[in-house]
Amino acid sequence: MSAIDTSASGFLKETTRYPTVIAGAILLGIILLIAFLTPLLSNTDPSYIDAARRAQSASASHWFGTDMLGRDLYTRVLYGAQVSLIVGFAVAVLSTIGGLAIGLMSGFVKAIDAVVMRFMDGLMSIPAILLAVALMSISKGSVTNVIIAITIAEIPRTARLVRGTVLSLREQPYVEAAVAGGTRLPTIIFKHILPNTLAPLIVQATYVCASAMISESILSFIGAGVPPVIPSWGNIMAEGRALWLVKPFIIFYPAVFLSITVLAINLLGDGLRDMLDPRNAQRTTSR
Amino acid sequence: MYAYILRRILATIPVMLIVAFIVFSLLYLTPGDPAAVIAGEHATAEDIARIRANLGLNDPFLLRFGTWIASIMQFDLGTSLLTNMPVSQMIGQRIEPTLSLMLPTLILAVCIAVPLGVIAAWRAGTKVDHFITVFAVLGFSVPVFVVGYALVWSFSLKLGWLPVQGYAPIGQGVSRWFQHLVLPCLTLSSAYIALITRITRTAVLEVLQQDYIRTAEAKGVGRHAILFVHALKNASVPIITVIGIGVALLIGGAVVTESVFAIPGLGRLTMESILRRDYPVIQAIVLLFSISYVLVNLLIDIAYTFVDPRIRY
Repeated sequence: MSAIDTSASGFLKETTRYPTVIAGAILLGIILLIAFLTPLLSNTDPSYIDAARRAQSASASHWFGTDMLGRDLYTRVLYGAQVSLIVGFAVAVLSTIGGLAIGLMSGFVKAIDAVVMRFMDGLMSIPAILLAVALMSISKGSVTNVIIAITIAEIPRTARLVRGTVLSLREQPYVEAAVAGGTRLPTIIFKHILPNTLAPLIVQATYVCASAMISESILSFIGAGVPPVIPSWGNIMAEGRALWLVKPFIIFYPAVFLSITVLAINLLGDGLRDMLDPRNAQRTTSR
Repeated sequence: MYAYILRRILATIPVMLIVAFIVFSLLYLTPGDPAAVIAGEHATAEDIARIRANLGLNDPFLLRFGTWIASIMQFDLGTSLLTNMPVSQMIGQRIEPTLSLMLPTLILAVCIAVPLGVIAAWRAGTKVDHFITVFAVLGFSVPVFVVGYALVWSFSLKLGWLPVQGYAPIGQGVSRWFQHLVLPCLTLSSAYIALITRITRTAVLEVLQQDYIRTAEAKGVGRHAILFVHALKNASVPIITVIGIGVALLIGGAVVTESVFAIPGLGRLTMESILRRDYPVIQAIVLLFSISYVLVNLLIDIAYTFVDPRIRY
């Protein structure tokens, strides 16, 4: 069915043919490095308030300037990378696991399918960001709650994707053969179905990750996200809003970092989609 | 065809009920006492009791859901925790700016995105295609408020062409209304344009590889007729589908755009209600937007029968 070389070296060779994957991976690598090395890149406390130096432009001691309370913007923007990445990856992983469980179940059990999928349709009819806003408005602001709220909003799409893939795989001759041969259901699910849902799932997870980061920043920006004491990019921008006509740089730096991070993940996702599509593999190998 | 349309309309009713049920039960999903969270840290026991009574948390779940649905049918969306005003009245005061923002954005986005996608598919693999694709990826990656601030910074602060923020009701003159909406509409449309452009490109590209396109070319049909009649018409189902799905992006984006541009619409009301922890208002807005979203997608489903007569379920 597919002409993809699955060995590790084959995978790397395959990657070099897709420049967007490389570009996305490098950009994301840089952001990850920044997040991991934040304490090395800046020895300032992100919440240290220097009242004498409020809303100052960039200088040698404050590379990105200071915010309206006199906190070092460079340090805060670096710490913001951690929040964004934690939220993005956590939501991607959790909604993939949740969507996979729900999708597999409803793809195989008709009784569950009817009820669960109607419920998922209902959830999908509520715009994701509004669902997260509603959930956050009745829970305490914390990174965990933001992750849970965005995950609930993202799960239906993943569940649908898995269910659709399962339904079409179930009709494949090799699955029918396994069923006819008396293979037990768990073996069919984990050995024959699951591996074939992975490619679209990985691509979907990258999109979920990117959209979760945007959702987190929107939630924080409108005051329904992580608590203001935590320097997330959305929070920094929300605080910069009051001064933004005179000091646009306070919003500028977190905005640029957020955009680059989301762009990196989207590039990675687009590239992976082309790379993992068996039709593309055949097209390129037969060339 | 009318039987199909009627069946689609009837099928929407259970979806709306499920949506209403989910929106209603959110309050019961959260761990802990939602009334205490809404009341905040400095609340007295009386405050919490008042909020519990307003939200109906003391009544049994199903009874409460029943009365809630019944009152919604009569356009009673509850009362605000803070102003004690009927929520429907608060929403009524804020609906015009939001519609003024979203409808032109929708039209603008479709008029820009569909031709862009067709051109990208026609010129697939060339510089033009790469340029449009990069633009689409960027539009999808740069968050709405970043686009908004960038536009205000360049067109209002640096060039001084357009107002920085605010809203002028259409009743006070169309040109002032228009000037205040140019930047917000452009802002809100960015991600939507990117989404529609991408799907249009993919859909048209797929159609262009079909045999009947080659036949049309062979018999000498002109470029424009092939692209905009043969190809676009046959690619239109996924395109209008994404136009409908993308309305969710517009709704989420409106909340942010209105707060960036200080437009006193429903999005701004959402944000104010979050800060005041006025849950009945948030609940009503979520319900209203979700039901509108379901209705938009119903219209899209009905539109299928016009663009593709093969669709009959």
